[in-house]
Amino acid sequence: MSVNALYDYKFEPRDKVENFHGMQLLYVYWPHHLMYCSPFAFLVAPDMTFGAMIEEVLKPAVSAHPDAAKADFLGATWQLNGESFIPDANATLKDSGIDHKSMLTVTTKGLDGIAGTAS
Amino acid sequence: MPVKNKKLNLKDKYQYLTRDMAWEPSYQKKEDIFPNESFEGIKITDWSQWEDPFRLTMDAYWKYQAEKEKKLYAIFDAFAQNNGHQNISDARYVNALKLFLTGVSPLEHAAFQGYARVGRDFSGAGARVACQMQAIDELRHSQTQQHAMSHYNKHFNGLHDAAHMHDRVWFLSVPKSFFDDARTAGPFEFLTAISFSFEYVLTNLLFVPFMSGAAYNGDMATVTFGFSAQSDEARHMTLGLEVIKFILEQHEDNVPIVQRWIDKWFWRGFRLLSLVGMMMDYMLPNRVMSWAEAWEVYYEQNGGALFKDLERYGIRPPKYQDVANDAKNHVSHQAWATFYQYGHATNFHTWMPEKDELDWLSQKYPETFDKYYRPRFEYWAKEHAEGRRFYNNTLPQLCQVCQIPTIFTEKDDPTVLSHRQIVHEGERYHFCSDGCCDIFKDEPEKYVQAWLPVHQIYQGNCEGGDVETVVSKYYHINIGEDNFEYIGSPDHKRWLSIKGKQSDDKESGSSQDAA
Repeated sequence: MSVNALYDYKFEPRDKVENFHGMQLLYVYWPHHLMYCSPFAFLVAPDMTFGAMIEEVLKPAVSAHPDAAKADFLGATWQLNGESFIPDANATLKDSGIDHKSMLTVTTKGLDGIAGTAS
Repeated sequence: MPVKNKKLNLKDKYQYLTRDMAWEPSYQKKEDIFPNESFEGIKITDWSQWEDPFRLTMDAYWKYQAEKEKKLYAIFDAFAQNNGHQNISDARYVNALKLFLTGVSPLEHAAFQGYARVGRDFSGAGARVACQMQAIDELRHSQTQQHAMSHYNKHFNGLHDAAHMHDRVWFLSVPKSFFDDARTAGPFEFLTAISFSFEYVLTNLLFVPFMSGAAYNGDMATVTFGFSAQSDEARHMTLGLEVIKFILEQHEDNVPIVQRWIDKWFWRGFRLLSLVGMMMDYMLPNRVMSWAEAWEVYYEQNGGALFKDLERYGIRPPKYQDVANDAKNHVSHQAWATFYQYGHATNFHTWMPEKDELDWLSQKYPETFDKYYRPRFEYWAKEHAEGRRFYNNTLPQLCQVCQIPTIFTEKDDPTVLSHRQIVHEGERYHFCSDGCCDIFKDEPEKYVQAWLPVHQIYQGNCEGGDVETVVSKYYHINIGEDNFEYIGSPDHKRWLSIKGKQSDDKESGSSQDAA
């Protein structure tokens, strides 16, 4: 459906990749760790490698969680936009098919948050 | 010539001052004078069927409101002169006022603008007059709320720039975008959104918690505002019900349009009220009732009866009502956990509940609190005690429609976020729920333009790339005064000194206060 209006109601999306000055948005969701209230929104360079994203972006973001030290992110189960995904630490985000506003979900089996409550 | 009867009787006066203010145009077409009346697809066959919810004329309106105002401001003055802020239950309570002043009072002003506009859009004079009066009510509420709270601004932080913050601060884009969505809709959708879905179906969930909360916590200024607004709110609710019945009775083609609006605005209202839920369960030192209890009384029972009544028009209860009913046991905890971790970017303080407060929550939420939330909160309290007060230093993903971080969980599994994602015209969009995702799919052109605070920061439109600069320069939040943890904050210290002084000065008086 579309907006009912008196004129041709059309607008550019406000968050197109061009508006991010060469960078792009990346969301990362770590299920069963709801101490972080929602998926993270990161601003990343498309030519950053997947491995660097884990080391420089994801790990600092989750460091306060008691499970963080135990998590093997590279060896975990990943999804990209809901589809299963096998990461390559040396590939860039762009070459991994991770485009602007993509969401990665990383499930670390056996880690179920504070006191096993998915927190 | 002598005038036989100088005074009009009520019925005549009403007729002269409302319906008779209208006329049939002779040299302009009606659709040119009221160009916004038909594009939404709502068919009105006979405006004379409109029943005015309140037989109130402008002259009587001014008289009543002026009397109320006089009493209200006398109490504000007395409150200020007697340092009323010293008699509240605890300074943590003031944080609820900070949320109200930045989140709700600007909505009253937005409602004023909205009603002033739609009051011009209808060709029916009765509806125009009702909208005009409500517009003035809303303007008055916005002003009197600011005056009720201005005394607190002299003694506590975070209340100094509410209108500015409303337009910019990340979580205030939630209430702001709610009203912007309604105000940019056609006049019938605006009335369905605000008069019916918000004022009629959900308003008790906003007003009762805040005003009873004020009463339970010794805030006489806000309680008095509540009383002074009560008769207006009753009028607004009556208008809400009249609007919906009138539209539905006018033409059967209106039913599916109205149903879609009810679905949309119930969901948007429910999401907005997450903020009120958290206020009730976490920000009131003296608690009135739990959010779940409020939802049961004011939505499940009252709303249930209402939608039963509307069944005869072919209206069913709002879509995803089951999800909302289930969420009553979760949303307040999820929202407070969110504000706690982003407490460095708020104009109010956050804290972890004390032990007796945690016990109260466990008792009020026997199915969910101990199982999903208490361990998280106890962990944070322990971290804080050990000098590591938890803050989330990464920005959150926001829902494209309600603009709340995507914090909500699945109805059938509270350990999993109810995140949804779609691609529309080559762009990816993320949502907190099916409810918000459906709203987007119905009118994508509207929500692709959403001004999402997180994305705006990352685009460099908020005076800085780091949170600290955005918070201080762009939001006007004074770092170290308005934000961060309550314990040890300037507000907390000031409160301790107020209380300490009071017990020194007049010991007999303070025992009376406690009683």
